[in-house]
Amino acid sequence: MEPTLKFFSGFAPNDLWFMGDAALRTLWISVLSISLGTVLGTLFGWMLYEGRRAATLTLAPVLDVFRSVPLIIQLVLFYNFAPIVGLNLDPFASGTVILTVYTAALVANVARGGIEAVGAPMRRAARSLGMSYWQDLRHVVLPIGGRAVFPSWVGVALGVMKDSALVSVLGYVELLKASQILITRTQEPFLILALAGAFYFALSYPVSRYATHLENRWAQ
Amino acid sequence: MISIRDLHKYFGALHVLKGIDLDVQKGEVLSVIGASGSGKSTLLYCINGLEMIQDGAVTVDGIDVHAKGTDINKLRQKLGMVFQQWNSFPHLTALENVALAPRIVKGKSKAEAREIAAKQLQHVGLGEKLNVYPSALSGGQQQRLAIARALAMEPEYMLFDEATSALDPELVGEVLDTMRLLADEGMTMICVTHEMGFARDVSDRVAFFHQGVMEEIGPPAQIFGDARSEHTRKFLANVR
Repeated sequence: MEPTLKFFSGFAPNDLWFMGDAALRTLWISVLSISLGTVLGTLFGWMLYEGRRAATLTLAPVLDVFRSVPLIIQLVLFYNFAPIVGLNLDPFASGTVILTVYTAALVANVARGGIEAVGAPMRRAARSLGMSYWQDLRHVVLPIGGRAVFPSWVGVALGVMKDSALVSVLGYVELLKASQILITRTQEPFLILALAGAFYFALSYPVSRYATHLENRWAQ
Repeated sequence: MISIRDLHKYFGALHVLKGIDLDVQKGEVLSVIGASGSGKSTLLYCINGLEMIQDGAVTVDGIDVHAKGTDINKLRQKLGMVFQQWNSFPHLTALENVALAPRIVKGKSKAEAREIAAKQLQHVGLGEKLNVYPSALSGGQQQRLAIARALAMEPEYMLFDEATSALDPELVGEVLDTMRLLADEGMTMICVTHEMGFARDVSDRVAFFHQGVMEEIGPPAQIFGDARSEHTRKFLANVR
């Protein structure tokens, strides 16, 4: 008798490695986008603060668009339309670009809030000591404002890390995409989604614990 | 010498300083008194270029504060300033607060800057608090920290903008004592103050400001004992 053709096979220990590998890819695209997006967003936040009306009229609406349009739409649009202007980016690069801009749009307002939190009197005191505009920004505004908005920034960063799951729609095999592949093969969605959730938690939890630790240290 | 000539300052349509002429010699202690809104604090801000002026000139040792070519950051090193709000940098210890500007502005080495900072903190009586964060200091201690921070730049002039106004009454004394100490050491000081006792006892001259005009200036004995201006007498009668 011919053996039955087998489409599905159960969850194997090897699949854990597959998921671990995908988790590293989630981590990599998140770290890259959050870092780049934070630098860019801080620059935007500074422009919003200093530019006043000019930035309010130009930069702010653009950032609003990126903040308001669902990430999945941004990803699909960018991935499919970038080639029209000659940008042939693979899913990873496309995902990184959009996640970076998305992070920057969120961080811009956080950063502006941070600069505002420092306040004019503190900055006058710094300038009265002979500090230049940039020295004041680097040594007074950045550390003081940065600490004031650090919890908000951590929120943005953790959010972006979870949102990076959406890059799966472009075919980048990160944690969610890997889970979908395994679910298709094993037909064990509960187990695999629970595992994927555990991986996301394992990535987020140390970050939020470390953030709390830093906040406590600064609060002294 | 700080030299102010026909200084006019507007905030929008509001004319806050209406033609001030004033010279402050090296070694002199000048107290500036007057009601709130009389322009005394604005005068200090104009002296170290934290506020632009609309007419006239302020020169410090011959350098025009508001001229385009002036290196204002360099000039401000000569002009220490202490504000009503002490504005300690909350993320730095007392020692680091004081050492920061010597290090980044004057380019001193870390060790050198810390040495200067420790010396100045000792100077204002905070030698025991070097490694304490500002949040653990009282208002009076934070204001003395601000004085040490300004002194660490080795300024030739000190500008005090109501340095004791935001303090609880029991903390005013320690800050005034520190200011007295500086005056005794020969520091050139301009003190905008509501502390009439300090103005009378410590100053070489007292200037009375009224609605953007310097109504009267003279030795404390004259201002407090025999003021010429009606406004001065009225003001002094009210604050006593």
